[in-house]
Amino acid sequence: MEIGLQHYLILSAALFAVGLFGALTRKHLITILMCLEMMLNAVNIALVAFSRFVTPALMTGQIFAVFVIVVAAAETAVGLAIIISVYRHRQAVHSDKIDSMKR
Amino acid sequence: MQIAFWALAALIVLAALAVITLKNVFRAALALIVCFVAVAGIYVTLSADFLAVVQILIYVGGISILILLAIMLTRNLSDGSPANKLRLPAFLIAAVFLGLIVYAVVNTTFPVSNSLPPEATVSGIGRLLLDNNGYVLPLEISGVLLLAAILGAVVMAREK
Repeated sequence: MEIGLQHYLILSAALFAVGLFGALTRKHLITILMCLEMMLNAVNIALVAFSRFVTPALMTGQIFAVFVIVVAAAETAVGLAIIISVYRHRQAVHSDKIDSMKR
Repeated sequence: MQIAFWALAALIVLAALAVITLKNVFRAALALIVCFVAVAGIYVTLSADFLAVVQILIYVGGISILILLAIMLTRNLSDGSPANKLRLPAFLIAAVFLGLIVYAVVNTTFPVSNSLPPEATVSGIGRLLLDNNGYVLPLEISGVLLLAAILGAVVMAREK
């Protein structure tokens, strides 16, 4: 059986679903950030697969993937800075300990 | 080609499951690095050589190191990543999402092109990014975004 576009899309959906489950259930802030990175990687796989199989000569999907990687890098830098700042103020990195807006 | 795809796909899914199941956050980050490297391999099987290199450079070389450093800076006695109470609804949401996507993908006929992809993608991507009809404005905006992110990260993370 030839490996086609659908295989890559299902792989992408599986990685996204795992990342979604982790981002919704984990308490550690850095684990949530790692799950977000996994979801962005899943989207990139889908973009590059579409680019490879539907419009191989244009490469527009690869350009989109490059921009997604840029935004992911910026998001990680800011997110980790926020986590370090929160840790310095509250000595906590679990999301259930950071609930002062709920009380 | 097929063996490479199946091996990389299994590695990606296993590493992702390890990220969300391992109790130790540091080990989860190491599993995440394995996942990133396998995704770079998937890019190679899609003949996207430039993206594979970028994935290794930025994700494996940059973002993973940032995450490991942040874990080491915020390590405390109550280490570990426990799950919250949303486990069952979150599992249902993820399973329904996966089922819907798989159903949609299997039942759609995509306009797959038979032409082969270009041998090397670097020059094509460079032209698309910097040509007159290309993506010059998004490129410049992403540069400004990176500058803003660096400044914001420095301001937020430094000692008062």
